[in-house]
Order: sequence, then structure tokens, then C-alpha cells
Amino acid sequence: MKKKTGAKAAARFADGAPILFRGGRVVDPSQSLDGVKDLLLVDGRVEALGKGLSAPDGARVVDCKGLVVMPGLIDVHVHLREPGGEHKETIQTGARAAAAGGFTAVGAMPNTDPPIDNPAAVAFVLAAGQRAGAARVYPLGCISVGQKGERLAEIGEMVAAGAVGITDDGHPVMDSGLMRLALEYAQIFGVPVADHPEDLGLSRGGAMNEGLVATRLGLHGKPNASEDVHILRDLIVAELTGGHIHLQHVSTRLGIDAIRQAKARGVRVTAEATPHHMLLTDEAVEGYRTEAKMNPPLRSRADVDAVIEGFRDGTLDVLATDHAPHHYDEKEQAFDDAPNGIVGLETALGLVHAHLVGPGVIDLSTMVERMSVSPAKAFNLPGGTLRKGSPADVTVMDPAHVWTIDADTFLSKSHNTPFNGWELAGRAVMTVVGGRVVWELE
Amino acid sequence: MTPTVAHFGKDLIGLEPLTGDQIRAILDTAEPFKEISERRIKKVPVLRGKTIVNLFFEPSTRTRISFEFAEKRLSADTVNIQTAGSSVVKGETLVDTARNLEAMRIDMVVMRHSASGAARFLAERIPSNVINAGDGSHEHPTQGLLDLLTIRDNLGKIEGAKVCIVGDILHSRVARSNIYGLIKLGAEVAVCGPPTLQPVGIEELGVHIFNRVEEAIEWADALNVLRLQLERMQSGYVPSLREYNRLWGISTARLEHAPKELLILHPGPMNRGVEIDSDVADGEHSVILDQVTNGVAVRMAVLYLLAGGAPEKAESAKGGAES
Repeated sequence: MKKKTGAKAAARFADGAPILFRGGRVVDPSQSLDGVKDLLLVDGRVEALGKGLSAPDGARVVDCKGLVVMPGLIDVHVHLREPGGEHKETIQTGARAAAAGGFTAVGAMPNTDPPIDNPAAVAFVLAAGQRAGAARVYPLGCISVGQKGERLAEIGEMVAAGAVGITDDGHPVMDSGLMRLALEYAQIFGVPVADHPEDLGLSRGGAMNEGLVATRLGLHGKPNASEDVHILRDLIVAELTGGHIHLQHVSTRLGIDAIRQAKARGVRVTAEATPHHMLLTDEAVEGYRTEAKMNPPLRSRADVDAVIEGFRDGTLDVLATDHAPHHYDEKEQAFDDAPNGIVGLETALGLVHAHLVGPGVIDLSTMVERMSVSPAKAFNLPGGTLRKGSPADVTVMDPAHVWTIDADTFLSKSHNTPFNGWELAGRAVMTVVGGRVVWELE
Repeated sequence: MTPTVAHFGKDLIGLEPLTGDQIRAILDTAEPFKEISERRIKKVPVLRGKTIVNLFFEPSTRTRISFEFAEKRLSADTVNIQTAGSSVVKGETLVDTARNLEAMRIDMVVMRHSASGAARFLAERIPSNVINAGDGSHEHPTQGLLDLLTIRDNLGKIEGAKVCIVGDILHSRVARSNIYGLIKLGAEVAVCGPPTLQPVGIEELGVHIFNRVEEAIEWADALNVLRLQLERMQSGYVPSLREYNRLWGISTARLEHAPKELLILHPGPMNRGVEIDSDVADGEHSVILDQVTNGVAVRMAVLYLLAGGAPEKAESAKGGAES
């Protein structure tokens, strides 16, 4: 049985009281640390990390024997749907779902309605995130006005208002000249340009991965080439400008090879891997399952193996969920008509732990690197470390906790996941943001 | 009673999930039903009291009328709903359409829809039998069956026959149903047409690919010539109808060079002078009108089997042959 870390216990302590995590396995690759230690949080900061720490007066002491204590997980790619899609998700429900999944911070995509392409809109997301009082919500702003791919949005103003990056996610930047301008201009503000790599000419009409499954089902396919071409374009333009390109949800073998080579040449590139592109192939679409419809689509076994290898060797340095909530009505349609995307915040940690750490593909330290340290670095976010003085953002995981994914219990407003019913070992049992417990497993 | 091989489930969504024996049983069941359409009074009480909805979300003349004749000649009560538009009728979702049909306690639905997977979507949500009358680019199983029956009638058997499907395979539900059915019954299958209209991985289904129609004609016993949808030209898959005709059109001149006489099938409606020349369509090797006649018999067989009929009882169920 798992140990008791009930919500009742939390109620006895004042919000913001010191917390001492005693005797957990502290895994913090930012300090090359993996060992049993105590961690003390005071006044929203990491106060101390060491052996035999004593609890200050009024502190909550959490017995972490058998648990893993890590810097708070960060997902730089989520869709919180507010404003405009509140029937799918709100900033509040999304931030709570994130906390329940062990994430202490998320990067909110700007493809809302209206899109986040100006400083007032950025400020709205930021304020709503603070009100939510769960995971931190970092807004991203659009690259182009209205995500139309025509001219740059007010990147400087948006960064001043709190945007941590820019992206037209959902709409790839097709105009290479505009991408060049964005990569040149964004550099002075120190934010990455995140791109959804997809050549819309090559993917036109596609609803899933191109290949035998699509041919059998009579669905139009998106070839790997539609992603490869765009990844190569972005890498070349990034190299030209010296800008930082962040490639989102990379899913193709050739694309990963190109990123690996670009990194070796010194191109400033960071890249995402999603849990679903490492755990499912396009065969999951069989039966026209709309919960397996996403963009980029689930691809072949060779691509899945390449994403796993890229994630293992660090070519894909950031784990991101591309959390994309949709109302059940919207997914309850013919495959062609259903929208792309799946929710991911409440399943990512368990999936990565059970299916990549469990079988030994990566170790725990690499998992924390990809889910906390690297995302913080890529977007210059506070966190991603438990160094003294850093923000008190902490995720506690019970690696032995066996549970079954039940979409009906999600805190997210939406339940669109292809992983429903999967049994996993490993789950966040406590999520702490700025020294406050924002989520705790009952 | 032990269920026969023809009991292939609640629905007919495609030929891919069926076994060769199940397909043969449907074709065999169609044989006795052919005779009903030759009678003076074309009606038998096989489906008396059954209500069937023909739900056509895409325009169709031939298939809808063929189903309607099959249903009426078996004495079913039928309602036709034909609506233009792609996936939604007046804003109603497919799932709502399904629920409304279910609430009216109908026995069977024959559906055509522009989205691949739509028939299966409906079948998973209602207890009535669902017959796929064409879903997107996926399958058109009764067309596949009537093509099989026509080939069997004319060549004597399907096993070992060489059949080439000519044209737009990428968008064709007829092609997919033909490929599955023919291969399961032991035919050799090839496809031929513009490379832009060949789906990726098609050879993994066990078909040969011919780039030149002359090669296909030299190889085949039968050609199934697909309609070239005019919008394929507008979206740039082929540069012009003239060029398509010149490269892939089935003409008498081309057939004259064939080493043997070829059976010519076409699922209709034809673009004369594009994928098929008139003298071929109207010529002695064309079995295009046999296909239409067989369509009614095959659909009667499918309706009868889904309603619970046994293949070996089909002859007596329809009251024997008219004397």
C-alpha cells in the first residue's frame, strides 16, 4: 500500500508554512544529484538540501521514504483553450490538471480565439494563471499577427508583458522569410521561436500518417516528408540567423537525424518529444479511433523507435505533452471531421516512468532532465533545479504506485486520451508550487 | 441450428473483415435471387414487416435505386433520405442521426457518406443492421460483391482470374472492396493509373502495379475501369481529361492489341471519352449492364442474410422459381 499523504494532513498547516521532505530519493540532474536526502522549503524558496535536516517551527514534515523528490516538472507545450474554447478547458482547469499530473509549470499555446498576439492578451493569460493557484502558467505569444503568417506580432511588447516564447503553433510558419525575421528579431528578447514543423503543401488533405493503415482505411495520409522538409527549413534558417528554434512534437526519423546533425554543428535548437509519439504507432487509428487523431499524426514503428532514441540521447531534449483538450462531442465524429489532439497532462509522468524508465530505456535522472531541467533552460524559466534559493517548485513521485488511467477522473475538462485503461507504475503524489502544496494524491 | 458461414455479423461494413467462404456464401445466395427480377410480379415476402432507411449523405442514383429495388422486391418498407452536404445534415451530427434512427426502431440502415469510417461509426452506435453503401475512400462492399458476381458469371470462376483496376485508386472505395474480395477468392489483382492517384502502400495489399495501361491490358482477363472524378483534375492530380484519356483511357484500339478478349467492367456512372470510350462501353466485351442487374440480386442476398436468412434456404424463402 502507498503511504498516507492525505489532503487532511495538508489542512493542518498554514499555506506557505515551511515544508521538510524527509528521506526521499532526491533526483536533480541540474546538480548531478541522485541520492537520499532531505529537502527544506521556506518562504517559497529552496532553503536547504542535505542529510538530517531539522524541521523549523510550524513546518510540515513529509515522510518521503520510497518516494522520488524532483524539481517541479515543466510542460512547455499545452493548450489551455482560454479564451474562446472554455467548453474544452479553462486556464484554471488546465493548471489544476497540470498540478495533478505533477507539473509545476506549463507553457500555454497562443492559438486561442482570439489568439494571444498582443501584450494585453498575454497579461490576461498570466493573470488567469495566477488566479488559478495551481501550476504556474507561462504564456507564449504568437509569431505573427492573428497567426496569419503574414507579419510579426509585437514580440517585444509581449515579452515585456510576460510571454516566455513565441509560436504560431497549430499553424506552421510557411513563409521562410517570415521565419527568418522572427528568428532574428526574437533574439534580442532572449526567447525561443517555437514552430510546428509541417509543410502544408505536402500534408494537404491528410488526416493521419501516410502508409498502409491509411490506405486500408481510405484515409488521406500526411507523409513524413511534410514534417522533414519543414524541420530542415527551420534548422537552416536558424543556422542562418543564429536564432533559437524550438521544434515542437517531433515525430519523424529523418527529422530527428537532421536535428542531431544540426546540434553537432552548433545550431541553437531544442526539440520536443511527446509520450504518444513514443508509445503508439499509426495502428492505434485502426477502427477510426478519433482519440488517436493528432497532429503530427502517430507514425510508423521505425519513427517511434527514432523518437525514443532521440529522447534517450538528448536530441529531443524536452518532453512535452501537446495537451490538447477537446469536448467529447467534437471527437464523437467521423475521423475526417474530428479535431486533432489528445490530453496529456495527467498521464505523461506515469507513461514516461512506466514505459521508458521502467524498462531501462532511460534512467530516472534523464527523465527529470527532460521533464524539468531542459524545459526550464529552453524557455529561460525559473525552476528546473533544487539549488538553494531557487523557487520552491517540487514534484514528489511514488515510483511504486500502480494505477489505471481513468479519463473520467481527470481534472481536465476533457477526456480525450488514447491511453484510457492503461495500467502504470509511477504517479505524482504531491505537487508544490512556490512552497504551496497545489496538489496531493488522496 | 448452427450458424452458417454467411452469418458475418450485424452489419456489412466492408469486404476486408470477411472470409473467402463468407463472400462465396453471399454470391451463392445471390444466385436464386436473380430470378425474382425476371418475374412478371417482382415481389416476394422475404422482408415483409421490416423497415429500412436508405440514408444517402452523398448524391447517388444507381446504388440508391438498386438498394431500393432490392428492398421493395423483398417486401420491406423503405424510407429514402437523400441529402447533399458532406457530413452533417442541417447541423445535426452523425451521432444524433444515429440516435434518432434508433429511436424510430428501424431494422436496417443503408448508408452512403463522404467520410471514411462513417458506416462503422453508425454501426457501433445503433442496434439495427447497417449496410455500407460507400464510405469516403474506404469501402463499397455491395459494389465489390456485384463485381465479383459479374466476373464469376462471365469467366466461370474467380480463382486464378487476373483483374486489373484502372484509374483513381487513391480515392476509390470501389477499388478497395474489389481488391479485398478478389484476393480472398483467389484472383490475381493489379492496379493501373496515374502515379498521383495510387495510394502509398497499396502493393502491401498484394496487388501488382502497372504504370502503363498497355501492360495491364496484356496481362489481364478483366479490367475494372473506374470513373475519373472531374474534381481530380481541378485539384491537380491529373493535368487534363484529354491527357488522361490518351494515357489511361480504354479504347478499342488498345483492346485490339490484347492477346485475349477482355471483360470490361465499370461501376458507373461513366465519363464516356475520358476513362472509357463509347465503343468499348457499348461493345461486346462490356459487362457493365450485367453489373447493374447483378447489383439488385447481390443486395437482395445481403439484406436477406443480415435479416437472419440462411443461404441454403434462400431458394425456398423466396418461394421457389416462378413457373
